[in-house]
Amino acid sequence: MGFLTDNADLLWSAFLTTLSLAVTSGVCALVLGTVLAGMRVSPVPPLRGLATFYVEVFRNTPLTVVFFFLVFGIVQIDLSFPSRFIAAVAALSLYTAAFVCEALRSGINAVPPGQAEAARALGLDFGQSLRTIVLPQAFRTVVPPLGNVWIALAKNTSIAAGFAVTDLTAALQRLSNANADQLLLVFAAIVAGYLVITLPSAWAIRVIEKRVAIVR
Amino acid sequence: MPCVTSQQTGAPLVELTGVNKWFGDLHVLQDIDLSIDRGEVVVVIGPSGSGKSTLCRAINRLESIQQGEIRIDGQKLPEEGKALAKLRSDVGMVFQSFNLFAHKTILQNVTLAPTRVRRQSKADAERRARELLDRVGVGHQADKYPAQLSGGQQQRVAIARALAMDPKVILFDEPTSALDPEMINEVLDVMTSLAREGMTMVVVTHEMGFARRAANRVVFMDGGRIVESADPQTFFTNPRSERARDFLSKILEH
Ligand SMILES: Nc1ncnc2c1ncn2[C@@H]1O[C@H](COP(=O)(O)OP(=O)(O)OP(=O)(O)O)[C@@H](O)[C@H]1O
Ligand SMILES: [Mg+2]
Repeated sequence: MGFLTDNADLLWSAFLTTLSLAVTSGVCALVLGTVLAGMRVSPVPPLRGLATFYVEVFRNTPLTVVFFFLVFGIVQIDLSFPSRFIAAVAALSLYTAAFVCEALRSGINAVPPGQAEAARALGLDFGQSLRTIVLPQAFRTVVPPLGNVWIALAKNTSIAAGFAVTDLTAALQRLSNANADQLLLVFAAIVAGYLVITLPSAWAIRVIEKRVAIVR
Repeated sequence: MPCVTSQQTGAPLVELTGVNKWFGDLHVLQDIDLSIDRGEVVVVIGPSGSGKSTLCRAINRLESIQQGEIRIDGQKLPEEGKALAKLRSDVGMVFQSFNLFAHKTILQNVTLAPTRVRRQSKADAERRARELLDRVGVGHQADKYPAQLSGGQQQRVAIARALAMDPKVILFDEPTSALDPEMINEVLDVMTSLAREGMTMVVVTHEMGFARRAANRVVFMDGGRIVESADPQTFFTNPRSERARDFLSKILEH
């Protein structure tokens, strides 16, 4: 146990890095993904096309490649992020937004079309009917799939370890190299770090799902 | 009752000229000319697939048309956007499947558009909503959710929701077809009283009793065309076209 307390500072800061990567990217991806989903169901063909293109690109590109591009690729065009952490947040957000968009879109499609029709027939414009009628109902059906996207995101943060961000996975590499004899303990500590993030989420998702259930 | 005022008094409230619409190869609306005056109640009947719903939905542009012109109170139907939303706020619609907002209470269903679209205060909108709900006989259900109401009650709420916008005209697309028989009359009674009070209405229905009682005119559609248009008395006792006679004999059999 002495080993863990010796490295408590590293483990704690690695945990906080993973947590803030996940939370920051999660919020950004939720916002961007919602905008994209709105575009994908909008009556304006160029917006639909743009959002579809975005989703297909990011959903079909390995996350590591997105990281590579944002960390090394954009240097070619004289751009760079202020820090590796921010580059990682950007990569995770852009990538995850595509999945958020698709989860939301399936939720939007599950809302009976008569709901939006009734809203439009009353004089609500597209944005109003999306915000007040369609999305609130869509969010209820997408809590489980969005929960899965969130858990995948929490685990995907580990890619950042390969790009000089000291998260839990980076801590795992560092500690296991230096302490081969303590390998199991190191693993246990790191896995516990991820579980502390994902398990309460899974529980929260179930609670939210029950809370927002809708009678038809 | 909603006060119907307009600069163009005398001009028809709803006017369709040379309207054509296709779904792919299917010519669903063929050279439709129809003009509806203020306070007129027009019942649209015809066999399944004849284009009645499409006609109804074209009037508030839930379906777009490829040819022709539709005017409401003298104004041409705008393309998508704010202007269309504004125009739709003056045209009520009641659907076969009610389409009450499932995540909102009955009261919220009725106040939503007045507050969001007309910018009424919440208090004003609620006062008016309660009046309307009382009027259609569901005032005591205001705090329930749609799924907790019977079909007939839901449809009456849908009518109250449309009335809350003080529409110039209300479109009804088979408002009683999804209802159990014992609930049909409670909805038709509300519609009949609206008609008596001078509301302009377009009603797609197979309820001949309602047509006789409340309609000024019956429009018979078949194969995307308006085949016949006459006052109910004439239409039911002495239809001119073979197809209308045929149709009437079929529905009057049962
Ligand atoms: N969105 C659509 N896409 C393609 N075809 C459609 C669409 N909506 C309706 N149709 C077709 O257009 C024709 C007219 O349909 P419409 O719903 O207007 O008929 P209706 O007279 O209301 O019939 P019903 O009495 O069954 O309600 C039908 O043949 C129908 O199959
Ligand atoms: Mg129909």
